[in-house]
Amino acid sequence: MEQIDLKKLLSAVDVPADWVGIREVSETHTPRIVRDGVPQMNASHTTQGLMVEVLANGQFGYYGTPNMTNEGVARAAKKAFTQAQLASKHATFQFTENARPANIGSYQSPFVKEKDSLSPGELNELLLDAYNQLKVSDKIVSARALLQTIQTVFRFVSSNGSNISQDFLMLEFDLSATAADGANQQTRTFGGMRGNCLQMGMEYFDKLELLAQSQKIGEQAIELLDAEECPAGEMDLVIASDQMMLQIHESVGHALEVDRILGDERNYAGWSFVNLDDFGKLQYGSELMNITFDPTLSSEFASYAYDDGGLEAKKEYLIKDGVLKRGLGGMESQIRSGVSGVANFRASSWNRAPIDRMANINLEPGESSFDDIIGSVENGVYMESNRSWSIDDYRNKFQFGCEYAKLIENGKLTKTLKNPNYRGISNPFWNSLKMIGNNDTFSIYGTPNCGKGEPNQVIRVGHASPVCLFENIQVFGGA
Amino acid sequence: MEKIFNQLCEGLFSELESNEALTLSFSGENSQFIRINNASIRQTGLVDDANLGLKFISNNRTCEGSMTVSGDYDIDLSRGKKEIERMRFESKEILEDPFLVMPTNAGSSREVINANGLEFDAAVQVLIPPMQGVDLVGIFANGKMFRGNANSLGQKHWFETESHCLDYSLVTPERQMVKGTYAGTDWDQQSYESYINRSIEKLELMKRKPVRVETGVYRTWFEAKAIADFIDMFSWNGISEASLQQGCSGFGKMRHNDIRLSPKFSISEDFSSGLVPKFNSNGETGPESLPIISNGVLQNTLVSSRTSAEYGVSTNYAEDTEELRSPYMAGGDLSQKDVLSRLDKGLFLSNIHYLNWSDNPGGRITGLTRYACFWVEGGEIVAPIETMRFDDTFYRFFGSELESVGSKVDVIPDVLTYGQRNLGVVTCPGILTNEFQLTL
Repeated sequence: MEQIDLKKLLSAVDVPADWVGIREVSETHTPRIVRDGVPQMNASHTTQGLMVEVLANGQFGYYGTPNMTNEGVARAAKKAFTQAQLASKHATFQFTENARPANIGSYQSPFVKEKDSLSPGELNELLLDAYNQLKVSDKIVSARALLQTIQTVFRFVSSNGSNISQDFLMLEFDLSATAADGANQQTRTFGGMRGNCLQMGMEYFDKLELLAQSQKIGEQAIELLDAEECPAGEMDLVIASDQMMLQIHESVGHALEVDRILGDERNYAGWSFVNLDDFGKLQYGSELMNITFDPTLSSEFASYAYDDGGLEAKKEYLIKDGVLKRGLGGMESQIRSGVSGVANFRASSWNRAPIDRMANINLEPGESSFDDIIGSVENGVYMESNRSWSIDDYRNKFQFGCEYAKLIENGKLTKTLKNPNYRGISNPFWNSLKMIGNNDTFSIYGTPNCGKGEPNQVIRVGHASPVCLFENIQVFGGA
Repeated sequence: MEKIFNQLCEGLFSELESNEALTLSFSGENSQFIRINNASIRQTGLVDDANLGLKFISNNRTCEGSMTVSGDYDIDLSRGKKEIERMRFESKEILEDPFLVMPTNAGSSREVINANGLEFDAAVQVLIPPMQGVDLVGIFANGKMFRGNANSLGQKHWFETESHCLDYSLVTPERQMVKGTYAGTDWDQQSYESYINRSIEKLELMKRKPVRVETGVYRTWFEAKAIADFIDMFSWNGISEASLQQGCSGFGKMRHNDIRLSPKFSISEDFSSGLVPKFNSNGETGPESLPIISNGVLQNTLVSSRTSAEYGVSTNYAEDTEELRSPYMAGGDLSQKDVLSRLDKGLFLSNIHYLNWSDNPGGRITGLTRYACFWVEGGEIVAPIETMRFDDTFYRFFGSELESVGSKVDVIPDVLTYGQRNLGVVTCPGILTNEFQLTL
């Protein structure tokens, strides 16, 4: 990727704007997949461009361009300025440059081994070995190992003095085995929803550990073929960390996005059951519930030092002892709403404008061990790894399905169950949180696939959680 | 854009050695986006974007790459050359690919749809005034889109179109909503204003106090937009031959157990509208119309050339992802004017939301009602309903419970803009089902 001097480009801008910012994003992601013993993908995709943003008459206007020359930026700024001026007569809100705080700093995601420390050939062999371990039986009709490295360079300069540089090395890794007997099909993966997404280097690929995981996943797919259907009824539900990721994401994270609450997303992602006057008052969940926005947790997928508007990112409690304290709103939303927020004004790439997004949204660990939690349940189900997700446009009525479950009888995990599902309504569900796991049950996950915004944007988020027990939940099985 | 693509083709194909093959795929746009909240402008801007995909075959290996096209030929040629060098190196050490799909030259095409569209600088002043007085939220996307494909054997395709789309919701103070999508190529101010006014008239119905319906099964009429969302699910662990072969398709019962849908249900992949390119990302062109399900019987799955090589099934030149790109569901005999009387008592669902497989092998889909969804009694709309979750299988609502198919067939544009503006359409009617399961 070519190096460019953003400050020089900023000086090429010649428009009478109240504020100008230039954000550069250069990103290369390298997916590799081996399925059924054969390479399905060995690819490298690079995108690079600039988002030139100006403020005129209280309205921001933008121009996303792949032309990173002085002339290209000067032209982009003029076009953005015209768009902002025209729109300012009908603006939703009149902003000042306070919406783009001035900051100088940098961030480097943590890693030990460089991206190129494993060659394409070595990575293919690793994926093939994983496939061979996944294929534990002829009933595994398809198995797949996937890894992707992502290297992102983010630079931001602005007319009010911001100069930010952030560099990321990220990994996505997944294993999947599908067992089938006619129309009876069961798939088991490594955490569901491509959940193993981290800021990390190639040190992640401990071969022995990955091969052991692969074999376990293959064996569990076979186990599910003959498993009993998940029972239906109202019962205690213990949720593993890799499903809590999704539970937090859908029924807490999205609901607390302040731009949703302000109505920006009503035509696409939806609204929220949370209102602006709920902050500081709403008992979102039981007193065990502590949710944080934490961009500082090392190796979590969406850690960073500054958001795309230049705001410094810090750990903040969104929900403390079950009470809603703070929204997921960047500077624009904080100014519009008057609600305290966080540094979450983020864009998917150089060709999209930032909006309120999740980053790392975590459930803080509690005191209970896994054995304590299971031991406390007389009749219930323990579920792992998301496979199905759906929630309404107010983030109220959800239904989630998992890959793998165990029946809990008299404080013990007993039979394996297939097609486990549960449904509920966000606020009463979180108020039914009865026990929360300790640090030993706490795991870090993430997903690359959070969609939102108009024009649409998909963004990376991290979620860390302990194992949790919820009481009196509607649980059910397959068709 | 076409000139840039042609120059890059010439420059990059000349880099190849005799034992190498290369396919280039191009997608680009010059777009305007105006984001609207409460009939005022929340965000606005322009995006120029272009991407060149490279599929390189050498030494019995396939490597892929892609790069942003800056518009400066020297920079872009240099990027492309570096990609070829990287793939040439990689092809010497990655695993051998036994299912290589070599490019062919089956003929070239060029299709350019010019329009009398809306100038970017004129958009705000014509778009915003007609929506004053209502709470309108949504996105206006406007401008040109480009797709190209060429390979080292000389085949070349180019598709270029210009369009606009205002995808929006109107919202009452009681938070009830009506959905609208005004899309086209030429801009017609009168047509736009009357479309908005019709939406505003629909909003009146939403002012009635919403009723709460209990969970259970109901006779249900689905408008075409809702059916389009169900059809979208066919492209995700659905009608793909690879999905069936790999045990992750909702159509397994049709393949393995000879289960059929209703004889009233027929769907095909049909490119005759000309609204989407006929060529796929490998430059292959399939049949203009391919029956998928005819009168309830599974006729064809979508088969890419790679799946064909892997499983020994004939290709129909589907996209590598084996998704429907231009589905067409056949209309039936239920006239729109008779819908309410035939429904008599039950649900009238205009839109559904956030669909997902809740049991993929069983064909079961969960999701929610959204927008203008009503309770109907005595063949008349009573009131909007509160949001409800459904969970039911398409083997019932497109199968055993399908009572009638609407005679009016709507063209539903794909309004998604992830990464870039989409080009697809779904063409389908509404349906009347005898039973549909609400669960929460």
